[in-house]
Amino acid sequence: MSYVKPLPEPDKWSGPFFEAARNERLAAQRCTATGKFFFPPAPVSPFTRDKNWSWETLSGRGKIASFVVMHQKYFPGFADEIPYAVIEVELDEGVRLISNIIELGSLTLEVGMPVEVVFLKATDDFTLPVFKPAT
Amino acid sequence: MPDWDLRDKACIVGVGSTAYGVFPETDAVGLGIDALRAAVDDAGITFNDIDGVILNRLPYDRFAEVANLQTPFLMPTEAHGRFSAIALNMAVEALATGQAKTIALVYGNDGRSSKMKYGGGAGFWAPWGFTSPGASHAMMYRRHMARFGTTPEDLAHVATAFRHHATMNPNAVMQKPITIPDHQASRHVCDPLRLLDYCLINDGGVAWIMTTSERAKDMKQKPVYVSGYARQDDFSQNSYPADDFWYPALQKVATQIYERAGIGRDDIDGLMIYDNFSPTVLFALEGLGFCKQGEGGAFVRDGTLQLGKGRWPTNTSGGHLSESYMQGWALIVEGVRQLRGGQVPPERQIANAKALQFLLATPVSASIILRNDA
Repeated sequence: MSYVKPLPEPDKWSGPFFEAARNERLAAQRCTATGKFFFPPAPVSPFTRDKNWSWETLSGRGKIASFVVMHQKYFPGFADEIPYAVIEVELDEGVRLISNIIELGSLTLEVGMPVEVVFLKATDDFTLPVFKPAT
Repeated sequence: MPDWDLRDKACIVGVGSTAYGVFPETDAVGLGIDALRAAVDDAGITFNDIDGVILNRLPYDRFAEVANLQTPFLMPTEAHGRFSAIALNMAVEALATGQAKTIALVYGNDGRSSKMKYGGGAGFWAPWGFTSPGASHAMMYRRHMARFGTTPEDLAHVATAFRHHATMNPNAVMQKPITIPDHQASRHVCDPLRLLDYCLINDGGVAWIMTTSERAKDMKQKPVYVSGYARQDDFSQNSYPADDFWYPALQKVATQIYERAGIGRDDIDGLMIYDNFSPTVLFALEGLGFCKQGEGGAFVRDGTLQLGKGRWPTNTSGGHLSESYMQGWALIVEGVRQLRGGQVPPERQIANAKALQFLLATPVSASIILRNDA
């Protein structure tokens, strides 16, 4: 069955993020001058406005900073999942990702819940980082 | 030396607005010109008097062609509603520096008939199903709920107060009264936000005529003075729902706005709050110091924002939630009509209104104080 949800549209800055995800690695740019991570991917570090950054692998661990449940059909590819949850994850390294939660089991989604990254293969080209409750 | 010396230097002397709804027979330019004609007439001027133009959400070159406005000063602004406040101040500065004497500020929007979509397009978070400004505000409000204990029902008090005002506004798109249970029973669009927490996308046009306070003295309408303006941007979380509800930026605006206007919060008779989504009203009230941070929910309970009931009648036209989403522009029109007096139905009039405050909580935080007795 073909993948029907929206696919990433990598640009020259976010390309390495999606390439890392395809290899089941969560990555973000880190400012080498300040040691701080930043996201979404950008041409320069917002802390120094300089190109002094490197791609680093993240722990993939964090906590749910907020979440919503989408009831409106915006994307035909998500229609079958409505209502579906979207979570905002604050990673241990300080950057945030908007993502989805899986394997919730009997747990109730709540702000502060510890989560860890899982990779879901979408197509041969794209694998998406999503999260599950931390073990 | 004050840090802003434009107090009461510029006035709004004409306002115009179209009906709001679905008008596929025209377009944004046509709606903008309809509103401008009304504003020109309201101001008692002619198109020949206009020597400056500031536009929002309109193609500037086509607009100037069709409206036949050939001036030495024309500025287009981006489609975001935050530019309502920015445009107003741009006019104040242009008038103060003599770049123009009579400025037409025009907004035109055919978003409803052109099926403008807020959500569903390409975006960095689209692969995870996250899209639309409403979802971003829902994410912010969930965080606010977790941090401060606010509830979805707190938002019902915002929606019902504004709808109550809209029942007295023949030009409001939604005029049927709603109750707290009605709000709570409306469908979720993006939980924790419901349908009645969302603004109303419609076609419409709005225009203001602004001139110097000197010129305004002899004009047709009672002048409404721009007494104060303050702004602080924070785009540092532009790709995310803001985790601080823009509070630091709003607090900075709060420290400047009253000093600049030369009056205090206690002198304000009513509010115009940019209500793209109901949580924004709480963020604005908290950030601008009407209540403590986190207490916005408790603050709006018991009709605080409702005319005839609470201390702070807010969005007496119905606002974006019940009149129409005219992105701040129609809120200013309502403020002007309130301050002139006798231009809204008597039951909708804020008694003896002398000063009103506009509050904007977005990545551009801003506030404006308008007065009629400067």
